[in-house]
Amino acid sequence: MQTIHDTIIIDGQEIPFTKGQTIMDAALAARVYIPHLCHYPGLTPSGNCRLCTVDIGSKSVAACITPAAAGQEISNNTSALNDARKSITQMLFVEGDHICPSCEKTGNCKLQAMGYYLGMLDEHFPQFYQHREVDASHARILLDRGRCILCDLCVRASREVDKKNVFAIAGRGTEAHLIVNSSTGKLADSNIEPGDLAANICPVGAILIKEQGYQVPIGQRIYDQHTIQETGLQENSVKKNDD
Amino acid sequence: MMNPCLHNRSDPTHEHLLHRLYALQQQFLHISPESMHQVATEFNLPVSQVASVVAFYSFFHTQPCGRFHILFSNCTSCGYLEDGQNLMQMLCQQLQITPGKTRKDGLVSIDETSCIGMCDQGASLLINGVPVTRLNPDKIAQIAHLITAETALAYWPKAWFAVNDVVHKRSLLLTAHFLAGSALQKALIHGTDETLATVMQSDLCGRGGAGFNTGEKWQLCREASGNAHYVVCNADEGEPGTFKDRFLLRSQADAMFEGMTLCAFVTGAEKGFVYLRGEYRYLLPHLHSVLNQRRQQGLLGQHILGHATFNFDIEIVVGAGAYICGEESALIESLEGKPGIPRIRPPFPVTHGYLGQPTVINNVETLIAAAHIILQDGAWFRAIGTEKSAGSKILSVSGDCRLPGIYEYPFGVSIQQVLDDCGAQNVQAVQIGGPSGTLVGRTDFNCRTCFEDLSTAGSFLVFGQQRNLLAINRNFARFFAHESCGFCTPCRVGTQLLKNNLDKIADGRGTSQDLVEIKQLSHLLQRHSHCGLGHTAANHILDSLQRFPQTFEANLKQHFTASFDLDKALENARQITQRNDAAAHLD
Repeated sequence: MQTIHDTIIIDGQEIPFTKGQTIMDAALAARVYIPHLCHYPGLTPSGNCRLCTVDIGSKSVAACITPAAAGQEISNNTSALNDARKSITQMLFVEGDHICPSCEKTGNCKLQAMGYYLGMLDEHFPQFYQHREVDASHARILLDRGRCILCDLCVRASREVDKKNVFAIAGRGTEAHLIVNSSTGKLADSNIEPGDLAANICPVGAILIKEQGYQVPIGQRIYDQHTIQETGLQENSVKKNDD
Repeated sequence: MMNPCLHNRSDPTHEHLLHRLYALQQQFLHISPESMHQVATEFNLPVSQVASVVAFYSFFHTQPCGRFHILFSNCTSCGYLEDGQNLMQMLCQQLQITPGKTRKDGLVSIDETSCIGMCDQGASLLINGVPVTRLNPDKIAQIAHLITAETALAYWPKAWFAVNDVVHKRSLLLTAHFLAGSALQKALIHGTDETLATVMQSDLCGRGGAGFNTGEKWQLCREASGNAHYVVCNADEGEPGTFKDRFLLRSQADAMFEGMTLCAFVTGAEKGFVYLRGEYRYLLPHLHSVLNQRRQQGLLGQHILGHATFNFDIEIVVGAGAYICGEESALIESLEGKPGIPRIRPPFPVTHGYLGQPTVINNVETLIAAAHIILQDGAWFRAIGTEKSAGSKILSVSGDCRLPGIYEYPFGVSIQQVLDDCGAQNVQAVQIGGPSGTLVGRTDFNCRTCFEDLSTAGSFLVFGQQRNLLAINRNFARFFAHESCGFCTPCRVGTQLLKNNLDKIADGRGTSQDLVEIKQLSHLLQRHSHCGLGHTAANHILDSLQRFPQTFEANLKQHFTASFDLDKALENARQITQRNDAAAHLD
């Protein structure tokens, strides 16, 4: 079947899209990076982190959930938007307990990498220091809610790819937190396995596989060698090859 | 058609998930993990979904409440701060209880809740879900006695539960007579096309705030293809300072149900819902009796008024304390038995609403207006109002004025006119459209309430000269932080940061940098949030910064000041070490 191509314009660059694609889909396919944390190609987009907010005229929209439409003139890589993205990243940092030097995820963490990418030098806002429960019940998988950024990726991965529905988000406002769909609410009593996408998709150190800590030394980790822009575009190519 | 996710299959009454949870909450005074498992089994849902619903709605509790469960409104009009007195604190002291914690003997629990829509009735509370109005210190003392004596609510003075609706001004809707079935009869004679055309000609726009053209909405839904169409009445009147729907639900329920039925006639819907805010649960018996009456009159059910193919019925779903459910897509999520998190739009509910099917969602007042319009005609309605705002608008006026209550005006009435009519003097500011609306001062009192000038869903809060606008701003900021659904980062974290920042300024620890800070945060919320709650949550701050800069500036420190109280920060350590001697304090 013939695919009808239309185009959108991102920061002056003309980008083709096919019907049904979001701005994010079209951008990633054209290897144009729009910063994002809660988006993962192949999973239903959610639009919760708001890092991918772009401007269309006077309107701001989240690129991952906004359908591409012919003729859209989109601003993405502007200082105003990147400043806002930095503030949003800082918000995520102060909301949880993100102490990079003591976290196994350091160097592989997308939140940390986003901070680097956006030139974030401090947390800016006062820390929330919330009490959030750690679930170490599972023999192979650790859940530290203190580091959760509520991106919902594990929820979607478990539901859509693993077909297990292990996670959900409960609670309102800053009381929102990850819950486990098991009789006790503990990970040990769920059917999650270390090979599940949900156990591996966490962008931060909230869900970690046990007993493999520091296998890759600090300094040789993903974001020690790449920017999140590079890996963010890579995720898309990997998916495209799978199609 | 019943969705297995929403209704209990084994139960022939097809109870709604929220209603089942409410029943358990009533029975056990909380919803235990065992109850959640039971409900999950009954409804064939993952237990995590039941748990996330319980956690989302303020009126569900996972720890037992008291046998007397009291919720004080914390609204600026019907809240517990009355004439400089803290009525909640008063009752807590008399009953020796801490807010938010059930007393050890299980007798009583006291907490606060967002506006309960009693703004024209004085300071108010909900006790076991029933409103008690016109609170004062004397009544608080009597309440304490009755609770201590464990006197059942049935034996409390009846007058305490009175909600007296006072209408001070009437225009189109509140003067017109409405006979149940009259508009439907007319519609059945003229057919669907002409009925829709009448609504179109009236230029009626949604009364819930967004102001979308009602006829257009009905038409879009009617044209959208789906397995079924739905009509939903948004009776989740949660904007602090709004209570006109409370009055309309009581006095015009027939016209409202008829508006829904007319919409069903036009769109082909066979099922309708009224989503009633949990705070108005006490109106349920009245609404059910009107519904039953209409069924007996052949105005609902199969073959309405003898029309062979016109079948439609209405179910009432009661919310459980979540302002966000007034947002139409969050409301649909809630109807579907989920936490009220706004959906991604587009697609809009007119094409993908309840169960993914075409759905019209209209405000209570809009549906009543539609019924009147179809009974009269489009021109009758169009004849008053302004160019872009046809008809009349019902305002809920409260705050510092002599005559709080219901006021209906042709669209375009000036703020000054309303202030004169409600006997407000020495007015400092008016909050139009509630905390998410616009704060205006004297220089703007010539502005008109209409879509082209100051749009409002009906809340009209009057603040006299003696009011502390910083305190008002803190109240609103707390409200949004409490009501943010937590889905998107800017709103979830931003509303909390704004609240903390205003607290800091009020605490005398703010500097000029904090003004820069709250301004930036406000703009971030406005532009980057997922839904209308976040987009509007900082309006009051931006309005205050622009029109009442003294609000914040008067409290700022000129020189460096610590952002927190170091001695207070050591309180935890003192408690752990069980010390309170001089050496455990900083000078």
